[in-house]
Amino acid sequence: MLQIADTTFNSRLFTGTGKFSSSILMEDALLASGSELVTVALKRVDVKNNDTDDILSHLKHPHINLLPNTSGVRNAREAVFAAQLAREALETNWIKLEIHPDPKYLMPDPIETLKATEELAKLGFIVLPYIHADPVLCKRLEDAGTSAVMPLGSPIGSNKGLKTIDFLEIIIAQSNVPVVIDAGIGSPADAAKAMEIGADAVLVNTAIAVSENPVIMAAAFKMAVEAGRMAFEAKLAKPVAHAVASSPLTSFLDE
Amino acid sequence: MNSFSDLFQTYNWDETRQSIYAKTSDDVLRALAAPKRTLEDFKALVSPAAAPYLEQMAAISQQLTLKRFGKVIQLYIPLYLSNECNNICTYCGFSYDNKLRRKTLSPIEIMQEVAVIKEMGYEHVLLVTGEANQTVNVDYFKQVLSLIRPHFSHISMEVQPLDLEEYQQLTPYGLNTVLVYQETYHQEDYKKHHPKGKKSNFQYRLETPDRLGQAGIHKMGLGVLIGLEDWRTDCFFTALHLNYLEKKYWQSKYSLSFPRLRPFSGGLEPKVEMNDRELVQLICAYRIFNEDVELSISTRESPNFRNNIVKLGITAISAGSKTNPGGYMVEPQSLEQFEISDERSPAEIARVIKAQGYEPVWKDWDSCLTA
Repeated sequence: MLQIADTTFNSRLFTGTGKFSSSILMEDALLASGSELVTVALKRVDVKNNDTDDILSHLKHPHINLLPNTSGVRNAREAVFAAQLAREALETNWIKLEIHPDPKYLMPDPIETLKATEELAKLGFIVLPYIHADPVLCKRLEDAGTSAVMPLGSPIGSNKGLKTIDFLEIIIAQSNVPVVIDAGIGSPADAAKAMEIGADAVLVNTAIAVSENPVIMAAAFKMAVEAGRMAFEAKLAKPVAHAVASSPLTSFLDE
Repeated sequence: MNSFSDLFQTYNWDETRQSIYAKTSDDVLRALAAPKRTLEDFKALVSPAAAPYLEQMAAISQQLTLKRFGKVIQLYIPLYLSNECNNICTYCGFSYDNKLRRKTLSPIEIMQEVAVIKEMGYEHVLLVTGEANQTVNVDYFKQVLSLIRPHFSHISMEVQPLDLEEYQQLTPYGLNTVLVYQETYHQEDYKKHHPKGKKSNFQYRLETPDRLGQAGIHKMGLGVLIGLEDWRTDCFFTALHLNYLEKKYWQSKYSLSFPRLRPFSGGLEPKVEMNDRELVQLICAYRIFNEDVELSISTRESPNFRNNIVKLGITAISAGSKTNPGGYMVEPQSLEQFEISDERSPAEIARVIKAQGYEPVWKDWDSCLTA
């Protein structure tokens, strides 16, 4: 069981809603994933008429919690404004903080993200900031009152896997808040690896949405995340450089 | 480098054109295999040598578009506010020397047009005017933006180039995107096609995207009018311009269009014809060169072409368009800027998009994101 702020999750697979070929397919894939936390871009939904919005109406399941995101904002001021609007319209104080002033590579701005996290935490938000795999920034965000950190595995949508693994391992080792690896996870194997190194959860969108069969792919990710977490909890055997016999030659000394 | 002009002046049209036409199959294969494509690769991709590789280009383009944008196509619609124009342009129905009744929509008329557009389901509107700075100017644009902002989540403009201060004045009114087409980067031909009016100033137009970048605009659209000059060379300069802008104004998004000259009242015959295969080649070349740029297709193209292009790299499409002020409701019979080729309704186009396995997206921005 994973706990973030005051909410407990059975599933450690968080998902997104973008890039699907239809809202029905999105819904089927999200149900197959077992995900209980689904992020949705404010720019894509009609917050004024959220009862009739096509995306939101397909997310109305008791086990699905909404995580509105601020994708599109360029600074802390815009992010705080958008978060407040999301809280009012969608009746949730959870916010996935995405501040990427660079629309080409969608790289998160660490300075504005820290500023926005400080302010949003004071305003009572459950903040999940999307950030670079920067161990120092993660500690600073902890001090600022973040509820989790969401470091990237590789650039958003790149499907390149865990290119930042050395830094992710440091972040996981040091963190006092849940670590959710977000962005770049391209295959169930990547997700399993993220869980094996001790991530608390992963967020996957593109790899599911643009696959040939998003529903089957979502189920595959579900299993991979579960397997990776089980492996982590069972304590993986560490690789060693030399052979170790399963029946040691010196075992007679212990008889 | 202060503006794109500085870079542009280091290029020679004829030499650039020759270097494109000198590209070989090997250059094309190298470009297709490259992990990141350079401007030289782009030359190969738009060259005649790339024609035999169109299917491979289409497959790569489709794959890159899916990865970056997913299975979605944005929908937008133009709203022509005015056909008043002080420019003489050889290719445009609104040209000053064209005898037609001039009209600029009043606030009441604008809202009548908006009502029809909203009924179609649109959230993204593109405001279009001629170039009449005395009457259709920044004050008019402010009035229009104030009026329509509550009704649309995304407002784009395709109007005359403005000064930096004017763009800075308009962005707080909800202006998100500005399209400004150079028409042609061939400086001498540009003068022939724009003999009178402010638009005859090649340099001022060329530097408009720089002013937009300085004003912090969210998105800007570039393009040339295909048919005025050699399209391969013109589109290379468009790619060069895009490359420059992306590096300098890294916080803006970019879109490209590829309008082909269409019939209009008093019409100009294209100097250079571009067939459908070549347009597909260009679209795929742009996508392979730049994975992130948005590519937009208008109702200038035929229904069959638009049906099939959805899967090849396009990210935005217009539908149900009228190219005359008041065309939706107020004055449907007024003279068009150009004849459209695909007259199907937005609902029909949405069905076509769905039939291709894609999601038609009406909303992809929200004013709450710009505090």
